[in-house]
Amino acid sequence: MINVSEVLETNKMIDQEHLDVRTITMGISLLDCSTESVLQTCQNIYDKILRYASSLVRTGEAISQEYGIPIVNKRISVTPVAIVGASCCKTTHDFVKIARTLDRAAQDVGVNFIGGYSATVQKGMTRADELLIRSIPEAMKRTELVCSSVNVGSTKTGINMDAVRLMGDVIKETAMTTKDSDSLGCAKLVVFCNAPDDNPFMAGAFHGVSEAEAIINVGVSGPGVVKHVLESLPEGTNFEVLCETIKKTAFKITRVGQLVAQEASRRLGVPFGIIDLSLAPTPAIGDSVADILQAIGLERTGAPGTTAALALLNDQVKKGGVMASSYVGGLSGAFIPVSEDQGMIDAVNAGALTIEKLEAMTCVCSVGLDMIAIPGDTPATTIAGIIADEAAIGMVNQKTTAVRVIPVIGKGVGEVVEFGGLLGYAPIMPVNRFACDIFVNRGGRIPAPIHSFKN
Amino acid sequence: MNRTVITVVGKDTVGIIAAVCTYLAENNVNILDINQSILQDFFTMMMIVDINNSNVPFSELRDGLTAVGKSKGVDIKCQKEEIFNQMHRI
Repeated sequence: MINVSEVLETNKMIDQEHLDVRTITMGISLLDCSTESVLQTCQNIYDKILRYASSLVRTGEAISQEYGIPIVNKRISVTPVAIVGASCCKTTHDFVKIARTLDRAAQDVGVNFIGGYSATVQKGMTRADELLIRSIPEAMKRTELVCSSVNVGSTKTGINMDAVRLMGDVIKETAMTTKDSDSLGCAKLVVFCNAPDDNPFMAGAFHGVSEAEAIINVGVSGPGVVKHVLESLPEGTNFEVLCETIKKTAFKITRVGQLVAQEASRRLGVPFGIIDLSLAPTPAIGDSVADILQAIGLERTGAPGTTAALALLNDQVKKGGVMASSYVGGLSGAFIPVSEDQGMIDAVNAGALTIEKLEAMTCVCSVGLDMIAIPGDTPATTIAGIIADEAAIGMVNQKTTAVRVIPVIGKGVGEVVEFGGLLGYAPIMPVNRFACDIFVNRGGRIPAPIHSFKN
Repeated sequence: MNRTVITVVGKDTVGIIAAVCTYLAENNVNILDINQSILQDFFTMMMIVDINNSNVPFSELRDGLTAVGKSKGVDIKCQKEEIFNQMHRI
């Protein structure tokens, strides 16, 4: 039987160390919503989302109450809209109509975000893919809850440099269309390499075409719990004990996610997909991945040793989490967003952390350059160069990488931008000023790396 | 059986157990196990109860216990047992 100390340990994690389930994300296939009429397609999409997800929020809240565990977000991911809208959307405005439908459906079912305003163009762009990508700035301006993502590369296909170059422009335009809200639109837009089909986290969630009709994916969290447990270790504890401690903690955190996922799946009558074993920070004090790195022994995140410490952390989280869940997927790893992590913000302000160091860190953790505010006058070609670098890291290392940078129009290095809520705030970081125009303007594709040919 | 864990933590005063047990009895909740001690001057109690035959829904029970806790100056939580089993047992 369960004993008092175990019960108190769980409740301390929840009450004092920010243990929560970050998101229950329902993936919904919209493939059967396509028609040749934009109006009819929008109606089908709205009806299907409401049919599947109308009780998602209520169910999430009931589970949260019964187990006493906060479930921070309830979200929806849908089939990449470039595919759904391919047969009816003839202009960018047609795609924006679908974006607005998604927004309305999300508002009506009460979820926090809806992801899947997406295109997967790692090898080439269809006409519809390109229209959707070009519609992103307008869609981000005219919607509130819609998140967008574009996959521009993969280990199997190489990098679509035409798409990379185009995304440089699209990010700049999105910053411009949402400049009144500190270019917030860019916080809802992410560019991927090796994007997973079952990611429950925003802004990059979409419901891949290989997925079932509907699915429940759950993202766990808990950087605060890992930090507290590491801080309680005696000073000078060796790596063996350190790693075992992280693993055990990750196991416990993930088990809660597994329980919530199974309950949500059962109550909603929708199959369980995966648990995403991610350490996702929030701006709350103590709920920080950077603080874990400091607890491991760095003065500040960004100091020499940061990449090794992060590699260790990421690996132990996976090793502990994998046994706790029957199916693991999504991004699964430590997130290192800047604006959403107080420890990262402090490291940037102290001059310890630069974009270049963050880039190195993305080689060993999940995702990539995330929620980084850069000067509004950064050229589109430079942003394309940053995307190409991240995509290359993902392609060669057979992992997911991503870029979510926010060129804040009208602001420069040293100024602060406030996004609010879970998106946090960020000091604007300097970007290397040397040009890469000739490189990114070449056009075409970077071929897949030799080690992708495994057949 | 629908096993639920009730934890009561706070400053020790007269009648905490009585108040909680009375409330549970009024709502037809059967107590299966009680474990109580004073940890570092704090009253700490864990009860395992069966709410299968309770005449109120879970949310109402939880809110009622929170109110009892408030009146006694202690923190009362009411959670389904599974979360603890999942986390601490393989």
